[in-house]
Amino acid sequence: MKGNEALAEAAIRTGVDAFFGYPITPQSEVLEYLLQEDAQKRTGMVVLQTESETASINMVYGAACAGRRAMTSSSSPGISLMSEGISYLAGAELPGVIVNVARGGPGLGTIQPAQSDYFQATKAPGHGDFRQLVLAPASVQEMADFIPLAFDLAFKYRNPVMILSDGVIGQMMEKVYLPEPRPRMTEFPEWATIGKKPGKERKRITSLNLIPLEHEKHNQKLQAKYRQMEAEEIRYEEYLCQDAEYIMVAYGASARIASRAVEMARAKGIRVGLFRPVTLFPFPAPQIEALSLRVKGFLSIEMSAGQMIEDIRLAVGKNQRVEHFGRYGGLVHVPEEILEAFERFYMEPHGH
Amino acid sequence: MTEEIIIAGFGGQGVLSMGKMLAYSAIMQHLEACWMPAYGPEMRGGTCNVMVSISHDKISSPVLRCFDTAIILNQPSMDKFESAVKPGGVLMYDPNGITRTPTRKDIRIFAVSATEEATRMNEPRIFNMIVLGAYLSVKPFLGLDHVVEGLRKSLPPRNHKLIPLNEKALRVGMGLITQP
Repeated sequence: MKGNEALAEAAIRTGVDAFFGYPITPQSEVLEYLLQEDAQKRTGMVVLQTESETASINMVYGAACAGRRAMTSSSSPGISLMSEGISYLAGAELPGVIVNVARGGPGLGTIQPAQSDYFQATKAPGHGDFRQLVLAPASVQEMADFIPLAFDLAFKYRNPVMILSDGVIGQMMEKVYLPEPRPRMTEFPEWATIGKKPGKERKRITSLNLIPLEHEKHNQKLQAKYRQMEAEEIRYEEYLCQDAEYIMVAYGASARIASRAVEMARAKGIRVGLFRPVTLFPFPAPQIEALSLRVKGFLSIEMSAGQMIEDIRLAVGKNQRVEHFGRYGGLVHVPEEILEAFERFYMEPHGH
Repeated sequence: MTEEIIIAGFGGQGVLSMGKMLAYSAIMQHLEACWMPAYGPEMRGGTCNVMVSISHDKISSPVLRCFDTAIILNQPSMDKFESAVKPGGVLMYDPNGITRTPTRKDIRIFAVSATEEATRMNEPRIFNMIVLGAYLSVKPFLGLDHVVEGLRKSLPPRNHKLIPLNEKALRVGMGLITQP
């Protein structure tokens, strides 16, 4: 199955109540698959092609207010259009899953794969002091697995969760074990606005609060939630890091490509390992900091001009050298050039 | 065992579906497989390619620079990918439309007159399956039964009636290879 199709099938199996989306390459297969497979017939899931990405995210907001599992998917330019809605979800403490099968920017950019939305996803998915959880799948299997995980996290924290994928993972086909079907929810969270019961208080969901003192308190509560995510939700994978002298750091498609570069380096007797952040927020900073105490250097591999490297540098501090090697604008690394870049930085007598 | 293949030609020649078939066949044989298409503008009339990795182990990189095998179906792809075959690797091509034949001496080169055979069979569309058959006899790591199963998996049910014809084309292709 293609990554996008596996993700769509996982959405049906996870008992998602609603998908709202607008077609855009390289993500269009998600909506196509849901319609082809007649998700509505299989589980009663609402699948709707909206008039725009802005509509999609606001429909997610509406469904989330009713305590439903709602999601949308798009690619980079479409995600920019959604940023207001994502901020509202965060402000109103609503669960929702947003999938970004990223392509090169800025602007309409290109339809080819990229990882240049890292800053947007992890630092500023919209206005205001908020964070969303960001999961970065590196295989078709994880495209499927991260749907139930994303919904669990979204409901645990009442917060938007983004699956940040890219055109490589979305378009490629691999073997995949699909998640066990879950029934659609029949009971809804106590905060859901699904009609006032006699004798109960009226529920209110909003991101608006005009009393500054109260709003500061609300923000403090949100911040506490983000700290809890940092304490509890960091996910990562290490490959050949145990005896490594150097560490490549990469996520998503880049991690797959870098893993081959690591194997090629190992074949030459160079002790390199790969550290793959699975959550980009929370970023596995403590784990990278720990590695920095025993290795000689880091190389960040990204399909961008260098975004995640800032988080690596923050984690590493002055302990170690951190370098970046990126292809961008829709170009994808090949393993050979990653190894060449690594050797240029670390194996040649004068570094650079 | 790891086999990394690029299949390249014009959009419409069935490049992507050949790759899909290989990937599915490998999975039927309980191998790991990864299919990575070049998607986008090159699919609309221009050149088109797909990288397929098959292995006993987990597949690392879906994106590659060098290949164990290149299956080439047009001249632009020949120009681009002859140099991408690993030394000792295989380059297989259909001479139809090829104006500059490959020149490398460090790889095994097979010219498979698939278009000609397909025309003789009065089924021009199945020329790609003839090429695939030839590939399967040069690199015999996939059992024909698994390939037919892979074909069934990769074709939509409405096209299942074409499976016998495709199987026949595969056999014709296999027969075209005399060299080991």
